[in-house]
Amino acid sequence: MALLEVEGLKVYFHTRNGVVKAVDDVSFSVDCGETLAIVGESGSGKSVTCYSLLDLLPKPPARIEGGTALFDGEDLLTCDSTRMRHFRGNDIAVIFQDPMTSLNPFISIGEQLIEPLIYHPDPARKQSRETARKRAIELLDEVGIIDPKSRVDCYPHEFSGGMRQRVMIAMALINEPRLLICDEPTTALDVTIQAQILTLIKKLQETRDVAVIFISHDLGVVAGIADKVLVMCEGTIREAGDTDTIFYHSQNDYTQKLLAAIPEGAKQLPNRAQPDNVLVEVTNLKTHFTDYNKPSNQDNVIRAVDGVSLSIQRGEISGLVGESGSGKSTLGRSILQLAPTTAGQVTFDGTSLTGLNAKQLVPWRRKMQMIFQDPYASLNPRMTVYQTLAEPLLYHGLANRKTIDQQVRQLMDDVGLVHSQLRKYPHEFSGGQRQRIAIGRAIATKPELIIADEPVSALDVTIQAQVLDLILDLVERHNLTMLFISHDLSVVRYISDRVMVMNRGVIIEQGDTEALWADPQQAYTKQLLKAIPLADPRMERVRLADAQADV
Amino acid sequence: MTAIEEQGTSLWRDAWIKLCKNYLALLGLAIILLLCLVSLLTPWIAPYGYEEQNLLLGATPPSAAHWLGTDIFGRDMLTRIMYGGRVSLTVGFIATAVALVIGVLWGAIAGFVGGRVDAVMMRIVDIMYALPFMIFIVLLMVVFGRNILLLFLAIGAVEWLTMARIVRGQVMNLRKQEFVEAAYSLGLSQWTIIRRHIIPNTLGPVIVYTTLTIPSVMLLEAFLSFLGLGIQPPQSSWGLLINYGVETMEEYPWLLIFPGVTLSLTLFALNFLGDGLRDALDPRTSKDQ
Amino acid sequence: MLRFAFYRLLQAIPVLLIVISLTFFLVHSAPGGPFSADKAVPPEVIKALEAQYNLDQPLWQQYVSYLGDIVQGDFGPSFKYPGRNVSELIAAGLPATAELAFYAMLVALVIGVSAGVAAAMRPNTAQDYIPMSAAMIGICMPSFLLGPLLVLIFGIHLEWLPVSGWGDMPGDKILPAITLGTGYAAYIARLSRGGMLEVLSQDYIRTARAKGLSEPLVIAKHALRGGLIPVVAFLGPAFAGLLGGSFVVETIFQIPGLGRFYVQAAFNRDYTMILGTTVFFATLIIVFNLLSDMLAIWLNPKLRQQAQGKS
Repeated sequence: MALLEVEGLKVYFHTRNGVVKAVDDVSFSVDCGETLAIVGESGSGKSVTCYSLLDLLPKPPARIEGGTALFDGEDLLTCDSTRMRHFRGNDIAVIFQDPMTSLNPFISIGEQLIEPLIYHPDPARKQSRETARKRAIELLDEVGIIDPKSRVDCYPHEFSGGMRQRVMIAMALINEPRLLICDEPTTALDVTIQAQILTLIKKLQETRDVAVIFISHDLGVVAGIADKVLVMCEGTIREAGDTDTIFYHSQNDYTQKLLAAIPEGAKQLPNRAQPDNVLVEVTNLKTHFTDYNKPSNQDNVIRAVDGVSLSIQRGEISGLVGESGSGKSTLGRSILQLAPTTAGQVTFDGTSLTGLNAKQLVPWRRKMQMIFQDPYASLNPRMTVYQTLAEPLLYHGLANRKTIDQQVRQLMDDVGLVHSQLRKYPHEFSGGQRQRIAIGRAIATKPELIIADEPVSALDVTIQAQVLDLILDLVERHNLTMLFISHDLSVVRYISDRVMVMNRGVIIEQGDTEALWADPQQAYTKQLLKAIPLADPRMERVRLADAQADV
Repeated sequence: MTAIEEQGTSLWRDAWIKLCKNYLALLGLAIILLLCLVSLLTPWIAPYGYEEQNLLLGATPPSAAHWLGTDIFGRDMLTRIMYGGRVSLTVGFIATAVALVIGVLWGAIAGFVGGRVDAVMMRIVDIMYALPFMIFIVLLMVVFGRNILLLFLAIGAVEWLTMARIVRGQVMNLRKQEFVEAAYSLGLSQWTIIRRHIIPNTLGPVIVYTTLTIPSVMLLEAFLSFLGLGIQPPQSSWGLLINYGVETMEEYPWLLIFPGVTLSLTLFALNFLGDGLRDALDPRTSKDQ
Repeated sequence: MLRFAFYRLLQAIPVLLIVISLTFFLVHSAPGGPFSADKAVPPEVIKALEAQYNLDQPLWQQYVSYLGDIVQGDFGPSFKYPGRNVSELIAAGLPATAELAFYAMLVALVIGVSAGVAAAMRPNTAQDYIPMSAAMIGICMPSFLLGPLLVLIFGIHLEWLPVSGWGDMPGDKILPAITLGTGYAAYIARLSRGGMLEVLSQDYIRTARAKGLSEPLVIAKHALRGGLIPVVAFLGPAFAGLLGGSFVVETIFQIPGLGRFYVQAAFNRDYTMILGTTVFFATLIIVFNLLSDMLAIWLNPKLRQQAQGKS
């Protein structure tokens, strides 16, 4: 008998707008020492499935409508709250997605770590503060926190995101659980940190023979560590099987669609760059901010962009990659004169933009546009699609009252939206559709340059693929030049002709995409490239083993 | 090409639909509208004249002739409460308007200009928060006499602080939103951005807080009038009526209870409406549904 | 933390100076002298009185000497109670007011926090609706209405409790404390409900539950601290409000406290008394604002460390 056997699980949400079948007839099992990956896009019910096991869902609106979840023969779904405490944090532990919000900011991490020990519901396993603290320090050491003896008394805000996730892992392990549920444990982290955390989880699992349920939206992340994979969509299981079968011999349409949506390999379209026709020239650009929260006697200057020079040729798609805090977004905004530059020059089509005031910039604004990351925040919630798309056209005098209707409809066609939705408001659209509207607004003025700041990172992988293809299609049809900013190296490789790598406010390496991938020069670039998870189990296992050997 | 266009639901409509499902808030709105109407029409619909006394009658409990009874001078309580309501509501609305204008301008400028200007402006608000305003208002009333205009100004000057904070927070937040950045990148002028993108999105919280400011202003006026430092006879307000009612409450409790109930009911109505508006206009409850 | 407190205290001094100056010049710009209300006083007598109270000196000179006196804790003589000075009157009224404010705050905190926390634990159930409806009544029932009603019901009708006085009869402190505290209890209940709901929706509460902590422990150890920070920050303003409310409550229940003195002084145009009590109240309020600010900062480890100068 398996350690955990879930049979016919049904979880429904009873909302004002009706019943949502978040999990509908889901069955699976996990054995000791085994890793089960649950993969699905947002709304697939993958997290709800696991939270329902530990009674962590808000009730109401959630309600468990049926099924059993036998852990060691005992049903988790019917046990009372006192009994549930024997499972939570003891036999079954959870690592949550966002380490920035999952630790209590008011309590030192040492105190948070020892809580499962000192408040253990089983008196025989309850420990004193002193022994618990020793155990906590040992575990912090094991998960790779340097100087655990003094760090144990620090508060969460004194740790970086990656370090907090290590603390979360230590906390989950402190009672030596038999089942570890990891809910997207690396999604909120940078790619290099993600690689470290994945190797850590893998290593800890091997030394402890614990069963793991690994929830992820990213097939690449799962490929190397899972023994079995469960593909979920809209609350139901679409396919289940061992990892190699799912990846290499999938029988299911949806799984195949997911696999196909992963951007892989080089760009398929020809490089349209016109050599010697430079559209944008940036020289020694600096953008510094003052942090007013810090007293002025300390160093309160944030050097987001600190001396960047680059040039973008007409017709080219340049990728700009970097981890969070590298200054890549600020660089994009500085080029468009949306962030006040401190020093340096930005030249667009031979004209210097840095000296111009707001009024003088207006004719140039038409020629350079931006696509933003968050499809929820990038549209004015109080304007209809029609108003959003018509605004730039009317403002720049590109349309008159007679032609505007036709032009807006043309834009809707361009970005693949149906005309019947013209009078709708942003909150009535899905994330992917909203991003299409934002793209429509950006191309409305027929710009020459588009800066896309993480345009697909907030989207599910299948939607992401569609929007990427739309962007490529528009670039070609409208003869656009594009600067594509992203943290996701695979996406950048898939879309760009040339890549620039940014770190701590400066560009440390640039070159043609394939050349850079084949032979990176800088240590940081090499580290970045090595950290990309591959959606191919055999290759990914090799990569993880290498990474483990490096540690 | 002529596909049927679906009409979208704007956030305003959405909020209205939600408000319509909140019966308490609707009841509040109805009570306030009724009160405003009655106050406007008081000189024509009041059962007795404002000055009309009947010393022979004296204080009588509610009867068919005097629905809410009479006071010790034989004056009709219903008439007194109606005329008092005119003053109380006027103070409430005008002082709130004063607070609204100062607060919105101050907060919007601080939030929109940002940086050092914002730091200085908000520091001033912080300092003013620490001042004992209640005492200042009493002092003003003592020193300059019980001037109703001064009362408006004094109360308005206290209540604008929170409004400024709310507006500033909202504007700061909006300025960081990507759709405002997108408007900048489209080259729209400052004024167009403010008019089309900032104001419509700031209106919600401002409406909510305005609704909630009115009752607190009315309370402050009633408080001062109760102490004898606000509205002066021959004018009347609910606070003043409560003051008179307290003096004789042992013998004639209805003189305290009726103005008291009227004041509380009005405050209830405004607070319920404010809470209802807050729930209805909260973007968090409408996103992704 | 001490250095930070000292720094903040220094910042309060200019605020205090503004308050004192504003009050001083306001009072002295009042139309009519302090003795003009009294009828048929010979001009010589007024002259003599003015000389006695230094009113014949230029205003700025009076201002400077007043500032000097205040630093020494001397608020000058009272105009209306000859032979007594303002400091004595403040000292006489303070104990009753302080005691009243303390009880009222106690009522407000105990009832407010427990009602708010209880409501937040089961939102949109009877456990939420009942206390929150009560809180709404508390907010819409001002003290000058609630006080007389309580007197009418418990004092006159049921004859359970004394209707006036302070410390003269057993139980005569109950009604004033409830009258003054109710409005703040209602407000604190709403604040703590909001704060707790916010915190209870945080990810770290889910973490605490997933660790196997019992629900009371999750509330007490993980949620309360963050959830009650808005309440702590409100304590300063609440204290200022309590002092203002004491004007009314002390008048209704005839309590010989500062608030009643202040209202009487306002009616009698006892300018030195008004000036003195205003300055005294302002100082108290500023100090309490400071304390509640610092308490809120101290409760948040990140802000605490910033205050201590660590980055």
